[in-house]
Amino acid sequence: MGRSESVPSGQTGDRPSVPEQRSGDAPYLRVNDLRVRFNTEDGVVRAVDGVSFTVERGRTLGIVGESGSGKSVTSLAILGLHNAKRASIGGEIFVGGRQLVGLPEEEVRRLRGRDMAMIFQDPLSALHPYFTVGRQIAEAYRVHHPRAGKREARQRAVDMLGRVGIPQPARRFDQYPHEFSGGMRQRAMIAMALVNDPDLLIADEPTTALDVTVQAQILDLLADLQAEFHSAIILITHDLGVVSQVADDVLVMYGGRAVERGSVEQVLRRPQHPYTWGLLSSVPSLHGDADAELVPIRGNPPSLINLPSGCSFHPRCRYADRNGDRSRSEVPELRPAGEEGHLVSCHLAAEERTRLYREEIAHVGVAR
Amino acid sequence: MSEVGTPSAEAEPLLRVRGLAKHFPVRTGLRSRGVVRAVDGLDFDVRPGETVGLVGESGCGKTTTGRMLVRLLEPSAGTIEFDGRDITHAGRRELRPLRQDLQIIFQDPYASLNPRHTVGRIIAMPLQVNGVEPAGGVKARVQELLEVVGLNPEHYNRYPHEFSGGQRQRIGIARALALRPKLIVADEPVSALDVSIQAQVVNLLRELQRDLGLAFVFIAHDLAVVRHFCQRVAVMYLGKIVEIGDRADIYERPQHPYTRALLSAIPDVTKLGPAGRIRLTGDVPTPLDPPSGCRFRTRCWKAREICATEEPALVSRDGGGQATACHFPESGPVAGESGGTAGAAVEEVSK
Ligand SMILES: Nc1ncnc2c1ncn2[C@@H]1O[C@H](COP(=O)(O)OP(=O)(O)OP(=O)(O)O)[C@@H](O)[C@H]1O
Ligand SMILES: Nc1ncnc2c1ncn2[C@@H]1O[C@H](COP(=O)(O)OP(=O)(O)OP(=O)(O)O)[C@@H](O)[C@H]1O
Ligand code: SF4
Ligand code: SF4
Ligand SMILES: [Mg+2]
Ligand SMILES: [Mg+2]
Repeated sequence: MGRSESVPSGQTGDRPSVPEQRSGDAPYLRVNDLRVRFNTEDGVVRAVDGVSFTVERGRTLGIVGESGSGKSVTSLAILGLHNAKRASIGGEIFVGGRQLVGLPEEEVRRLRGRDMAMIFQDPLSALHPYFTVGRQIAEAYRVHHPRAGKREARQRAVDMLGRVGIPQPARRFDQYPHEFSGGMRQRAMIAMALVNDPDLLIADEPTTALDVTVQAQILDLLADLQAEFHSAIILITHDLGVVSQVADDVLVMYGGRAVERGSVEQVLRRPQHPYTWGLLSSVPSLHGDADAELVPIRGNPPSLINLPSGCSFHPRCRYADRNGDRSRSEVPELRPAGEEGHLVSCHLAAEERTRLYREEIAHVGVAR
Repeated sequence: MSEVGTPSAEAEPLLRVRGLAKHFPVRTGLRSRGVVRAVDGLDFDVRPGETVGLVGESGCGKTTTGRMLVRLLEPSAGTIEFDGRDITHAGRRELRPLRQDLQIIFQDPYASLNPRHTVGRIIAMPLQVNGVEPAGGVKARVQELLEVVGLNPEHYNRYPHEFSGGQRQRIGIARALALRPKLIVADEPVSALDVSIQAQVVNLLRELQRDLGLAFVFIAHDLAVVRHFCQRVAVMYLGKIVEIGDRADIYERPQHPYTRALLSAIPDVTKLGPAGRIRLTGDVPTPLDPPSGCRFRTRCWKAREICATEEPALVSRDGGGQATACHFPESGPVAGESGGTAGAAVEEVSK
């Protein structure tokens, strides 16, 4: 897929391939140089621009990044849920060894819901308003278990509702989505996603609508199911607290690109990218001065139609001037950041990043 | 008990809520199966310019409360006074002069924006419906609002589906701000936002609150955000307020066991892996059939016999602004840096 001519030099499509994460089992999911574009009236939206990552069975990858950074578009691409007429998808997506990009829609549909399932960000759009919640879960089961009877499917759905913590599941089975609270709808959707024990589960902000005690239960539930079925999980969230609790690995996205990747320990404890620093300083803390202003990243997310040249974070980065003109002119590659498995895309030298983090960031917000 | 949770009220409350309840009938076909007691008797005040947080478990009735306050839902019982006027059952016409002063930001950024309208039209709607002509024109005002909430003014002619979840929520905030209201009921206004924009919006809402003297009923499940935004906090459980008090009371010396469980369950970025939290076990009860006595007793590690027979009243222990509905309130801070109290409670729970 060629790039438009107007792209400044340095922003070439042929990014060097990114080093593999860890040895061991072949990863269940392997995404390589994924690109998703939308043609809109205003121009081409580069929603995802060369993102690579892997998720092994039994592991959880947390994807974090600002609103509009391409997290949902990435997961919809994995599930083959983009409208082929409006979105163009490039790169490779291997699920259980099968390349999904370019696979006929019918085959992707067969994998979806059985091998891989998704918990959506907005439960209302995933649950049909005219059918009872229970029936929708039972149907999701029967689609992939054609021999299952009505009664078995109903029992399975009631079990799942109970497992995600919905009280009186048999009674709630017959209710409609509008009779559920926001959080209960979310739990119902989790029940629907899990009803076929998928190998790959993509959870897009699964606990955003939930209060913390239920959130803790849901995260426990996901962890239990993962231990039981050894599934690979992608957890998309903007809650770094949730990431710190459940993720093994973290991918930080900015403007459709991966800017940092590594173990949860590396990314949250020894973050290397100025954008990751900004995220950590923005989190309101539970300790300390409640009246202190929060410290957001200055400026706004970039336009994905006209990404800033060079490092697309440069208009918001406090350190953009420290590399001569490089931050403005050259796209930084995702490169080893020092420790094994830790990758970062920033022109700052490793020693300088470490020093800046220690001296200027580590004491702000929760980064403390 | 009318002064409950109202610390040394000097100013007349802007909003005064007494005994507010909403019961939804539940039926299958024609057969009635009783009622959902979604909200079951709330008392609280909001003074001008004050920010009151409403927190609590999913399904405890926060959204239902919020929708009653702005009269999108008809209360089953109780009263709502706004600016000295009883609006509990006010009709459209009576509400009209108040509409400008009372706005809501919705929980669900997807369902609350008309997909067929441009963003410009959506934000301009409250101005047009109320016949407000801003100096400089509607478009300029809308573009200013877009900027205020951190969106690009060039997005004026775009449609909601072209925005990400977080971007859509900011459109809803801009719409609520259009009329410069006195009270905004904000239902999870920043839950869908990533941390950086959330920090910007919280700073923004705080600034608006200070500069324009806006009062807020702020519904949220993120207790760290509530701590940064709200002066007072009401903790709800299954349709009732179980504890209300100033921010420092709730966060530093919560008395209700549920408040303490809630605080201990907050995922803390400063700790990796599941932290020492109070794990609630026991059945999550349903508002169709709430437990007798104290509604929290099915999950409370301190429950005794009296908890099943006698409903604890929401009362202040020390005559101050902190009121708690519990027969055996706790004292002191929840797990400080050392994690002592929460750890002890975990042991108690597992016994
Ligand atoms: N169908 C579409 N047509 C045009 N642009 C789109 C479409 N879907 C998504 N986009 C754009 O792609 C970008 C990435 O969107 P995406 O939904 O992946 O963001 P996100 O990271 O999930 O954000 P959030 O945290 O707000 O959910 C956004 O700028 C969005 O406006
Ligand atoms: N129209 C309705 N008919 C029947 N029951 C309803 C209706 N709307 C809400 N409920 C019930 O009322 C209770 C309170 O719901 P509400 O949406 O107010 O909860 P909430 O505190 O906002 O929860 P969340 O944090 O999940 O948004 C829930 O048990 C819900 O199922
Ligand atoms: S490359 Fe330059 S602009 Fe980008 S994050 Fe690093 S220092 Fe900042
Ligand atoms: S009244 Fe009893 S059951 Fe209820 S919170 Fe207090 S101790 Fe627990
Ligand atoms: Mg998203
Ligand atoms: Mg709600």
